[in-house]
Amino acid sequence: QVSILSAMELIWNLCEILFVEAAAAGPLLLRLLDWVRLHVCDVDTMVREVLSSENPSKHKLFWNVVDVFVLQGRMDEARHLLSKEATANPTSMNMYKILDDLMKKMPVPSLGNTQTLTELELKWQHWHEECQRYLQDGTFASNPHMESLCKVLLGDEDAILEKKELMTTWYHFLVTRLLYSHPTVKPMELRFYAQSSMDLFLGGESSPEPLDMILMAAFEFEMHQVIKECSIVLSNWWFVAHLTDLLDHCKLLQSHNLYFGSNMREFLLLEYASGLFSHHSLWQLGVDYFDHCPEYGRVYLELHIERVPLNTEQKALKVLRICEQRQMHEQVRSICKIMAMKALRNNRLGSALSWSIRAKDAAFATLISDRFLKDYCERGCFSDLDLIDNLGPSMLLSDRLTFLGKYREFHRLYGEKRFPEAARLLLTLMTAHIAPCSFWMTLLTDALPLLEQKEVIFSAEQTYELMRCLEDLTAGNPDKQKFQEDDVETTKVEMLRLALARNLARVIVKEGTVEGS
Amino acid sequence: QDNRISIWSAGDLGNVGLNGEYHGEPHLLCDIQHNGDVMDMQFLDQERIVVASSTGTVTIFRHHQNNQTLSANHRWEKAHYHVDQDTSCGGAACTGVVCNNPEIVTVGEDGRINLFRADQKDAVRTIDNADSSTLHAVTFLRTTEILTVNSIGQLKIWDLRQQRNEPSQIFSLAGDRVPLHCVDRHPNQQHIVATGGQDGMLSIWDIRQGTMPVSLLNAHEAEMWEVHFHPSNPDHLFTCSEDGSLWHWDASTNVSEKPSFLHQGGRSTTYLSHSTINQSVVSAWLSNDPTKDRMEITNLIPNQTLSVNSLDVLGPCLVYGTDAEAIYVNRQLFA
Repeated sequence: QVSILSAMELIWNLCEILFVEAAAAGPLLLRLLDWVRLHVCDVDTMVREVLSSENPSKHKLFWNVVDVFVLQGRMDEARHLLSKEATANPTSMNMYKILDDLMKKMPVPSLGNTQTLTELELKWQHWHEECQRYLQDGTFASNPHMESLCKVLLGDEDAILEKKELMTTWYHFLVTRLLYSHPTVKPMELRFYAQSSMDLFLGGESSPEPLDMILMAAFEFEMHQVIKECSIVLSNWWFVAHLTDLLDHCKLLQSHNLYFGSNMREFLLLEYASGLFSHHSLWQLGVDYFDHCPEYGRVYLELHIERVPLNTEQKALKVLRICEQRQMHEQVRSICKIMAMKALRNNRLGSALSWSIRAKDAAFATLISDRFLKDYCERGCFSDLDLIDNLGPSMLLSDRLTFLGKYREFHRLYGEKRFPEAARLLLTLMTAHIAPCSFWMTLLTDALPLLEQKEVIFSAEQTYELMRCLEDLTAGNPDKQKFQEDDVETTKVEMLRLALARNLARVIVKEGTVEGS
Repeated sequence: QDNRISIWSAGDLGNVGLNGEYHGEPHLLCDIQHNGDVMDMQFLDQERIVVASSTGTVTIFRHHQNNQTLSANHRWEKAHYHVDQDTSCGGAACTGVVCNNPEIVTVGEDGRINLFRADQKDAVRTIDNADSSTLHAVTFLRTTEILTVNSIGQLKIWDLRQQRNEPSQIFSLAGDRVPLHCVDRHPNQQHIVATGGQDGMLSIWDIRQGTMPVSLLNAHEAEMWEVHFHPSNPDHLFTCSEDGSLWHWDASTNVSEKPSFLHQGGRSTTYLSHSTINQSVVSAWLSNDPTKDRMEITNLIPNQTLSVNSLDVLGPCLVYGTDAEAIYVNRQLFA
């Protein structure tokens, strides 16, 4: 039973050897030996047990461990153990010496270019014959263990198969077989040996498992088959996406183009990253994956990022930062709008404004300002003064917002009794068309107390302006008929006209008097 | 979602390697399930931890050291909530918590400030609508005054002795109203306050004077999530950010005056000392002449990837956590 993670490591390593490194005949065998030694670990405990016992040669599993070493091509370790046996059993000293010698002399492929394949083959043939001779001479006849070891060295399949339990898997069997019968195996020949090894090992008793099929496909150099089988067996795309990515980077998958335009690597990465996005915290990693998909990555990211649930402001800020870094302005606007609407519904006008500033959303800022102004009209006072008093440069984001800020300033000036300034501001609000028309009546009504003051505040010029504003407001289209019929409104207009006229009178006199003296 | 509160042991000092590096790994002592994201937390005393949740709940957990377990001691549900026009009452994230045993102050996205006492079931005081925007962080200025920062770039002082629901003072940034995310007060000189903004800017304020910051230091490239003065060496400041970096700001200017356990090591930076002896009393943070004093700023993260969300510092230890699901412990901060 191999756990999923070890299975993945097994497959990955094999792909590295066969595809990425593309080991050639010679080094190929060495790599495969390393691979078997690393991944077939069921025998490790047994080995440890024997090695750490006081008298290893007396241990009942002693010969098993020696067999394991030989099967895995670990000659030095096998010889070391055998020497212990030899010292314990001086009668078999002769046999031991010969076996030891054979093991020492066994030709193996070297990693450097110190010998060619033909040289190796020649040497190996020579050595093989020598082993054959010793076996046939009956040198090891008295010790069945050693005899069986010699047979293994000769690549005798039956002898090797006898030790099935020590090898545990057919691919171990394959490599052992290759080591002792075809050490110069070429990559393209692997498939035949693999198939026969699996058949021999399983012997018709059990059928191959999915893992076996994947490894077989690898030995047959069918990369696409490997990916396909892995996709079917594994429950998520992680392994397949990364393997395909690796193979793609080694330029091994170029030939295959899928029908919908993107290549297999991108397809798998997109699938994997999309899967990540459904996770509550791993979505951030998905972003990086999309970044590395040149064709569709950006589109996928744009669609996914908008759907990340934004349950706190902090999460929204992280999402926004990702969008801003990639110039996804549409998404920034849409996310800010969502957050601003949420804030508005919860009556957090300051938060709503803060979101519209981040998105530079003038329309929303106008909406918020209208909300404030509505509140003012209904209640007669401003809510959230801390916000309006401290708008700063963000006031310029939208005209309505500017109006709101300036209107509040007017109230402040009035409260501080700085009437001339307040008056000037009020007038500017109307003449410069900062105030929306709907608000003019309110502004003019605000002007009333200023007109009624003991001191004259509005100059003649300003009074004329005010009158003009009033006329603009009351004249105009017949739609305004309705508001003219309203009693309160008509009274207001009357009062205004009266106040303006009186102010005008006073100011003309005042201005005339000053000039005179 | 499975969020947990966990207590880790950062190991003993027994495993020190050749270069004095620390070899042990932090290991988990105990943990407990938590409802919602953990937005902030702080130790109330040796055994109790106050945790702020994104659901608006504030919980006190007790750590039982004899059998290494955590249990929920007390909970204030709906400490922070929104009153929605459509639905009735939804939770609002509690964004910050600060403790001064037995008092606990919390702030949240609902703009509300709560004052709790550890042994009382209901809140001692609640300031509804203290702010029209989100309050991001809170810290104690004095035992009866707190500082809050919000998402329209304002720093406010609240006097808890007074009954009116208005801040006693409001400070704001000069230019754009960039949201402020964190605040910390100088441990010894209580008029010095540091805040971090959404644009990664570090601002130092002198709250005795003016309504604007004394200095603005361009720091990170993204939101600054936390700022902390070192509690015993306040010439050192630490900030962490969404851009994945953690900066150590060293404003200690006079080498000879430093206590002996702060080693300079192999650094070759020169420090220009203050010109007069009187000025050495004034904190280096307030002097705004960049040519006079050099501040050394170091990024403590060699290969940064995802956001550093939180940090804390005590003595020679620095702890920080990132979005990469990692916690880092540095036990030799000044080596």
